[in-house]
Amino acid sequence: MTDETTKFIGLSRRSLLKGAAGVAGIAAGSGAITGFPYVKSAEPKVLRYLGTAVNEGDDIAKKCFEDTGIKLEYITATTDDVSKRVITQPNSFDVLDTEYFSLRKLIPSGNILPLNAKKIKQFDNITPVFTKGALPNGKKIGDQGTAPWKVLYLEGENSKTFSKTPTDWVTLIPTVYNADTLGIRPDLIKRPVNSWAELLNPEFKGKASILNIPSIGIMDAAMVVEATGQYKYADKGNMTRAEIDLTMKILTEAKKAGQFRAFWKDFNESVNLMASGETVIQSMWSPAVTKVRSMGIPCIFQPLKEGYRSWASGFCVSKGVSGAKLDWAYEFVNWFLSGWAGAYLNRQGYYSAVLSTAKANMDAYEWAYWMEGKPAEKDIKSPTGQLLEKAGAVRDGGSYDDRMGNVACWNAVMDENDYMVRKWNEFIAS
Amino acid sequence: MTPSTLTRHMTAWAQATPMAAVFFFFFLVPLALVVMVSFWDYNDYEMIPTFSGRGYTETFEGCLTRLPEMCTMFKTYAKTLKLAALVWALTLLIGFTVAWFLAFHVRSKTWQIALSLVCTIPFWTSNVIRMIAWIPLLGRNGLINQGLLGLGLVDRPVEWLLFSEFSVVLALVHLFTFFMVIPIFNSMIRIDRSLIEAARDAGASGWQTLWHVVVPLSKPGIVIGSIFVLTIVMGDFVTVGVMGGQQIASAGKVVQTHLDALQFPVAAANAVILLGVTLIIIATLSKLVDVRKEL
Repeated sequence: MTDETTKFIGLSRRSLLKGAAGVAGIAAGSGAITGFPYVKSAEPKVLRYLGTAVNEGDDIAKKCFEDTGIKLEYITATTDDVSKRVITQPNSFDVLDTEYFSLRKLIPSGNILPLNAKKIKQFDNITPVFTKGALPNGKKIGDQGTAPWKVLYLEGENSKTFSKTPTDWVTLIPTVYNADTLGIRPDLIKRPVNSWAELLNPEFKGKASILNIPSIGIMDAAMVVEATGQYKYADKGNMTRAEIDLTMKILTEAKKAGQFRAFWKDFNESVNLMASGETVIQSMWSPAVTKVRSMGIPCIFQPLKEGYRSWASGFCVSKGVSGAKLDWAYEFVNWFLSGWAGAYLNRQGYYSAVLSTAKANMDAYEWAYWMEGKPAEKDIKSPTGQLLEKAGAVRDGGSYDDRMGNVACWNAVMDENDYMVRKWNEFIAS
Repeated sequence: MTPSTLTRHMTAWAQATPMAAVFFFFFLVPLALVVMVSFWDYNDYEMIPTFSGRGYTETFEGCLTRLPEMCTMFKTYAKTLKLAALVWALTLLIGFTVAWFLAFHVRSKTWQIALSLVCTIPFWTSNVIRMIAWIPLLGRNGLINQGLLGLGLVDRPVEWLLFSEFSVVLALVHLFTFFMVIPIFNSMIRIDRSLIEAARDAGASGWQTLWHVVVPLSKPGIVIGSIFVLTIVMGDFVTVGVMGGQQIASAGKVVQTHLDALQFPVAAANAVILLGVTLIIIATLSKLVDVRKEL
């Protein structure tokens, strides 16, 4: 008995020493000079982070480790696969980074837990886009679809009901959002484009594309239907069966006439379609447009008079997270909102949820270009140092207020989702 | 039964057990689960374990009421079967020719082995890479279109080369011809050469020898190759998706769309239907040839 105890202590002391040396080594290597607060913890702080590639930058993980000692293990999946994983393997991740529109499926499953707003230092500084559906200057923005403020709060920690009034329990702590529109190739179109109607204009037959995610693809189609004056929806993000039929009929006619070159599902597919000239007009994401441009190919994230289709994402935790791990999750989310990551996202063309801290981490000329819609005073570089725009360039769509202020609808899951998916299969088979 | 035959029986059973166990746990159990789930109900986010035919009724929605117009299900299968038939015919033609060349025209064993290995070279990279490699070649501004434009053969790029049924069939034939070559080659190599000499002595022409001697004796290989190709193509959704620009329906893609929408019971029902259709095809093929007897 005595023997065993001695041995046990010996072992644990040795491994403790080894661990401490390792952590100290890494800390020294990373050049942290602000003290070593995390050396005290015996357990390495690791969070398994499930999300799409949007936020999962290696630089973010590196900086987070330097600042907090938390090691992020990224689990990268497509939007649909993230949801699938939450539903089927809730214990395979700790922190979840997902979009608000998925919440109508994820929250009722009980597999994710909300975070407490009181423990989020910057919560009161989160942009009113999330909390009130308005710009910082007070202008109300479009609320069609699963707008984040509709699903931001739960009635209690273990509740599955969304609360209409603010509570302490936040479904997803907001991190990043953007306003999406059509990307175009100005060199191949050679004329101004200013309406969603152009997506189905026969002039671009065989050269158009939409997203191959049914719930988002159908909203792009709805933007076209409204733009051409064929129908006005009460809520594009929550159609009736008759509205779904109408929208899919118009899409089907376009497909049969050969309007679409291909549908895309992943960031790189959209870049390749556009860069190779297979498509000249398609629904797109801001950094994808930037990527095409950085290849030396003209591409514009075209603002359109009917407005943008917007999306937003944030953090919550798996139901399996508790104790010390939950504390690290709060520490990580607080770090994420403290500015460095926000500035990183802003420089990619997305928007940070806490604007004040992001601003503090950006140079004035960067802020003026990305957020105020002013001509770039100096060359604009990506977070990784790549040249994005030469001095003098202006951001497509202009300032934050011009872009977010013209949001028409938000990515959504409809009540008639089941019917819509069947209609989508019919559309593909037609 | 003497003790010694009993022991032998026991040994045989024991030897078969590991494979049987693998089949049971990794094939039969999952399959049974899929069939079970296909009869469950579901909502937006979870499967509900109560008996429901919803997966099937929604899949076959409108198949009777909308006649003579075809429902989604029939259209999808018509397209899938068409693609499968085209790919099957082409892989058979090319595969048979390659196997014929390897078996009858290459005389030395070393060269036969070397050339069959050459056939496997494309398999050194992944399916996806081999498929995606076609895109820059076939695209609107791709190599082939540039060539055609440069030669003045066309005055505008040919659009049907990519994101079309043509590109899907091309990629599938490229990916799966090898699965025809090997079984057919394997059958041909075992044909007694004296039979061919006898045919020639009896005055048969080259075509007659091919049709009346070689083809019948290669049947097991043809059937095995056909089973490989047809089952793969019937269930494929990646190649059809990427090369078809996600605009061409396939039975596999329907399953994928439902999985993405978290509608697992409908996806399972579709998987069961696909399995049924594929089994019918295989049953028909194996009616033509008793593969077990011929091997």
